Parts: sequence; structure tokens; C-alpha cells
Amino acid sequence: MKQDIILAGVGGQGILSIAFVIDNAALKEGLHFKQAEVHGMAQRGGAVQSHLRLSDGPIYSDLVPRGEGDLILSVEPLEALRYVEYLRPDGRIVTSTTPFVNIPDYPPLEDVIAELRKLPRSVIVDSEKLAREAGTSKSQNMVMLGAASNFLIIKEEDLRGSIEALFRGRGESVVEANLKAFDLGRKSASNPGTRAL
Amino acid sequence: MKTEILLGDEAVALGAIHAGLTAGYSYPGTPASEIMEYLIRASDEGKKFKASWCVNEKVAYEEALGVSFAGKRTLVSMKHVGLNVAADPFMNSAMTGAGGGLIVVSADDPGMHSSQNEQDSRFYARFAQIFCFEPSDHQEAYDMTRQAFDVSEKWGLPVMIRMVTRLAHSRSSVIPDEPRAQNELRLGAAADWTLLPVNARRRYRLLLGKQDDMTRLSDESVFNRLTLSDDSRSLGIIASGIAHNYVLENLRGEASRPSILKISTYPLPKGLIKKLVDHVESILVVEEGFPLIERDVGGLFGLCGKTVKGKLTGHIPLDGELSPEIVRQALGLPRLEGAPAGKLKLAARPPQLCVGCPHADTFKALNKALEDQPSARVFSDIGCYTLGAFPPYNAVDTCVCMGASISMAKGGSEAGVHPSVAAIGDSTFAHSGLTPLLDAAVANTDMTVIILDNSTVAMTGGQESYGSGQKLIRMIEGLGVPKEHIRSLEPLPKNLAANVEILKEEIAYHGLSVIVSFRECIQEARKKKRN
Repeated sequence: MKQDIILAGVGGQGILSIAFVIDNAALKEGLHFKQAEVHGMAQRGGAVQSHLRLSDGPIYSDLVPRGEGDLILSVEPLEALRYVEYLRPDGRIVTSTTPFVNIPDYPPLEDVIAELRKLPRSVIVDSEKLAREAGTSKSQNMVMLGAASNFLIIKEEDLRGSIEALFRGRGESVVEANLKAFDLGRKSASNPGTRAL
Repeated sequence: MKTEILLGDEAVALGAIHAGLTAGYSYPGTPASEIMEYLIRASDEGKKFKASWCVNEKVAYEEALGVSFAGKRTLVSMKHVGLNVAADPFMNSAMTGAGGGLIVVSADDPGMHSSQNEQDSRFYARFAQIFCFEPSDHQEAYDMTRQAFDVSEKWGLPVMIRMVTRLAHSRSSVIPDEPRAQNELRLGAAADWTLLPVNARRRYRLLLGKQDDMTRLSDESVFNRLTLSDDSRSLGIIASGIAHNYVLENLRGEASRPSILKISTYPLPKGLIKKLVDHVESILVVEEGFPLIERDVGGLFGLCGKTVKGKLTGHIPLDGELSPEIVRQALGLPRLEGAPAGKLKLAARPPQLCVGCPHADTFKALNKALEDQPSARVFSDIGCYTLGAFPPYNAVDTCVCMGASISMAKGGSEAGVHPSVAAIGDSTFAHSGLTPLLDAAVANTDMTVIILDNSTVAMTGGQESYGSGQKLIRMIEGLGVPKEHIRSLEPLPKNLAANVEILKEEIAYHGLSVIVSFRECIQEARKKKRN
């Protein structure tokens, strides 16, 4: 059993929090994991990605080999497309539809969404709307983790447990909002045959 | 002990703590910063050792050397180019030797994710003729750091741990071992530590005398593993550090396995390499960084009757970072077909100054002040403000190494560049800007130095800056810059016109001016507000 995931987004969008939640849940379940992340210059509003590998056996490379990725989990639609070549031919994309526009030549959003729809197994989620519904627009990353959780080899309860651990220090209401964001995201993509949007 | 989730950098830090660390020193720099971040967090939590950022890597190294002189265990960490700054004490510490275990961690950045070159620190270890570990995963990063202290104390020499970005910034689980106590105070002997020629000659012969023993240590190290295969004798692979992971990744599921030698310590394990070479017809060398092993194995004229492949033969690119794909191709395995990429042109998203960043306002004012001076050149430096090189600012003409903005602006001015402007951050100024500014003050060079004071080391995550605010102004005065040409401005959109005027006045002055552009980093201000 193994699963290779590319987490994608823009510096500051909370990719590393998603990684934290999955890493800790994986440790709890006794899985091996390696998770390569980007620090330094690129974190300043640039494209960031994290390679997250899960397996019940030893993992060698810290990077997902191109063509072996099972899942792209993206908090931003353009960023989801950047890593398609990492997916296996039947791999899946779970992405937010909320664009992060901090560059002058961002393509028209409908072109980006159309491109995503061409991929047979893409799940597109309006993370901004669901995050607001959960009580904080900052929880879009947890909405997306919730949506992707339908396809992860990790149990829902362990993911929720490590979300609690991540936000515990910031108070009960922050924990609640992020758990709600996770639940709304999970529900929005709970039927893998259908699209959330 | 309890399994921990750690970055590669953090595994090194925890290994050092558990090895009985007394003090750790560093200057921030990607990809090494997280070592000291971890040490500082742990020391704040009541662990009984000292951990601190220093003004630069040279100072950090010398502080560590003082700890070692006192017989206690110490670690000094830095990014690869930081070791250039610390090269003087580093090279000479191989002559003094180490009392207490002295570990230097140098974190290389192949592919230049956040650096200005991709130099390979293994050459520094060889240059100084000391032992070097190159971990391939997190557990090794922890275990090797612990063992490095033993090696250092046994041989009385500093030991290097060479990290690379991909391991430094990858997270995985580590099973730690029982911590051990710190050393007792045990002072070094003056004759060993006073490198007068009469002592240094003796110390050098001692160092040379240890080389064969260190090679033997490599041959016997549990971290170097030779697996001879009888499946096929045509190919043998030598892979070091994380390159070994990429080899194993690609051989997963392959029916026949070539012979493989994993190398994780230097000087090279000569005996193991010979066994592999004798067993196979051709050798593929896979290593992250420069072709150090490959050059040694091939020699000047190649290996008689064998072929050696790798970076020098074009089987692996000489530049950039390794990847599973690059190694796959070098192994002659078919390419993995992934999902088809679409046709939509994906706009690049390079890093950029944050919205509301003070540097953006400084660059806007500077560009405006220089708009009718096409011959003006801005010599910049290492930090977030280097991003002023990108549109829409296009405000930077050079970026070379820590502090070079001021010295290059002086040289440029003396060669005829006018106006000659230097742009440097507060922490970079404290690191390496004081000495060139003293030079420029003595010469009263016709140049304008702008110190972008955001009171933090922003690019690497907001570490403390050692020369900010009023203290910075006093430092500039102390170097001999005339008070009337030390100006301050607050980079805010509403101050644009006034700031342009100040800049214009000082640029027009034919002598040395220093302008401090002070406003706190927006990320740090936000962090403070949150807490």
C-alpha cells in the first residue's frame, strides 16, 4: 500500500499545515512517510509544492517520481496544473477553484477550470465559499484537505485528531472552525464519481 | 524513545543535543536555518545548553572553536556559502584540532533553490583534510551527528556533516537514542592551539599522519555499504548521500540488481571501492553536487579496462539537483509515462516582495530618484530586497555575496560609476557591511549607501537582526560617516515625495552618504500582532 501526493499552492496558503496533519496521522497509523517541502526564497508569494509519500514499506526518494503521483492536492487552481506531469495517467487532482492572483499574466480563470475539467478524475471545490461557511476564510487549506481525505489511505478520525493537535494552541474556536472546514470539504467531494462544482 | 517527526535539519540538531551538546552557533541561511531554529526552541524549553544566532558564520565558527578548546561539545551550522565566510577558522581548526567534539554542518543547495551558487562542501572537508559524513535520510542524519562527535573526539579533529536542501527540508520519522551527558571542562594546551609556525608545522604533520587512519575508518563505517551482485557483472553503481535513495527508488521492482556501493563518509572508502571495481566492468557514479567521487575513481586517465560513467560523461547533468527521473535515465530504465500535460500556458509565479513590504516603497522612491540618471547603478546584496531585481522594480544591478553591495559600490565609484548606490539590509550590514563601510568612510567615496532596515532577517524566517534602529545609526556614526550625511526615511507610500527628495540630495552629494530606510518587516509585524 502506498500513496504519492503533491501538495500545491502559493507561499503563505497553508500547504505545510496540510502536510503537518497528514504526517502526524500517518505516524499514528504506523505508516512510513517522507515529505519534502520548500523553504526560503520561494515562500515569498511564489509557487510552492510539497511532495508527500506514504507507504506501509520503506520509502527511498524524498521526491515523487514523475509519472507515479496518485494525487495532486492544490489550494489554488493554476498551481494544480503546474504538477500534472507528476501524476500517473489515472491519477487524481483535488483542487480549489479560488484563484490567487499575484502575477500580471494570470490566465483567464475559465480557461484554467476548463483545463482542469479535461482531466478525467479532477475534483474542483469552491474552498473560499466553504471556508467562509466554516467561519474563517483562512481555513481553505483544511477545506481542501477534507475534500482530498475521501481519497487518502489515512483514516478520517486520525486526520481530524491531528487537525486538533495543530490548532489546539490557538483556542477552541479556531479548532472548531478548522474541523468544520475539513468536514464541509470532505462532504463536498464525498462521491468520487461526481464533481463538487 | 518516542518516535519524532523531524526535518533533516532538525534530526541533525536533535542528534547533537542527545550527543551532549554544550553550545551551538549559526547565522541564518537556507537550507541550514532550521538546525539552529530547533536548537533554540529546545534550549528555551529548558534543555541545558546554549544555542544562539551569531553576527556571521566566521564569528559562529570561532565561538564554537572556543567551546571545543574548553573540552566541550559544540556544533556550528551554516549554508554552503556561509562556509566561505567561515573558511579561515574552518581551515585552521583542522590545525588546532578539536578538544571537545566540534561538528560543522554545511548545507548545500544543489539547484540553487535559494542561493547564488551550488558549491559542494565535500570539497571543503577534503581541503581541510577532515572527516565528513553525508547522510541519506533522517535517521542517518540523527545517528551520524551523534557518531560525528565520537569521531571528532577520538581523532581530535573537527568533523563535517554535509547536508543538501532536499534532505534538510524533508520531513520524516526518527527514532532517537538515549541522551548522554555533556563533557567536563578540559582546557586545550597552548602549544596545540597557538598556531605560530613552530607549532603549526608540528600540528600539520599530525594532521597528515591521521589521513590513512581516516580512510580506514571510512572502509569500516556501517554507513558505507557494499552489496555485490552476481545477477550481472556488467554494471556497478556508486551512490552517495541522497543519490543512493534515487538509485534504490528506481530499482524497486526490477528483477535483477546491479552491485551497489553506498558511500556516506569521506575520505573515500578506498578498499570498498576497489572491491566493487574488481567485481564489475563499468561503474556509474551517482552523487549530488560536483563529480567528486567520479573524478577520483576515474583518475586523470580512466580506469584500465573499465568504464566510469556519471556527470563527467554526460550520463547525469553537471549542474542542478538530482531527481528520480535523472537517475532513472542514467540507469538506462524506460521513462515513466505520466498524465498528459495540457496545452494551457501556465504563467510562472516567481517569488516576490510581500504586499505592503517596506522594501517595495524604498525601491519605488529610489527608482524615482534615479529616473533621470541612466548611468546610475545599484549594487545590491543578499536578502528579501534582492527580489527588487524582478519587475515591476527592476531596481537592482548586482547581487554577489554578503556585504558586497558596499564594497562593489566603492570599487564601482572609483572606476567611474556615477551615481554609485549600494542597497543592503540591516542584518546583512551587521554580517559583512561594517568593514566595507569603514573603508568607504576612510576614503570618503562618492557613493550612497541605502540600508533597508526592516529589523529582522526576513528571508530566512524572521531571526533577530543585530544592527537595527538607533543602534544601527550609532554604528554608522562610529565608522566615521559624517552625521549630516546620515539620513533616515520611513518607506511608506504617503512619504514617497519626501523620500525621493532625501535620496536625490544625498545622491547629488559627492562624498559618502548613508540613508537608513526604516520600517519593520510586514510579516514580522503581523506575527507580533497575532501573538
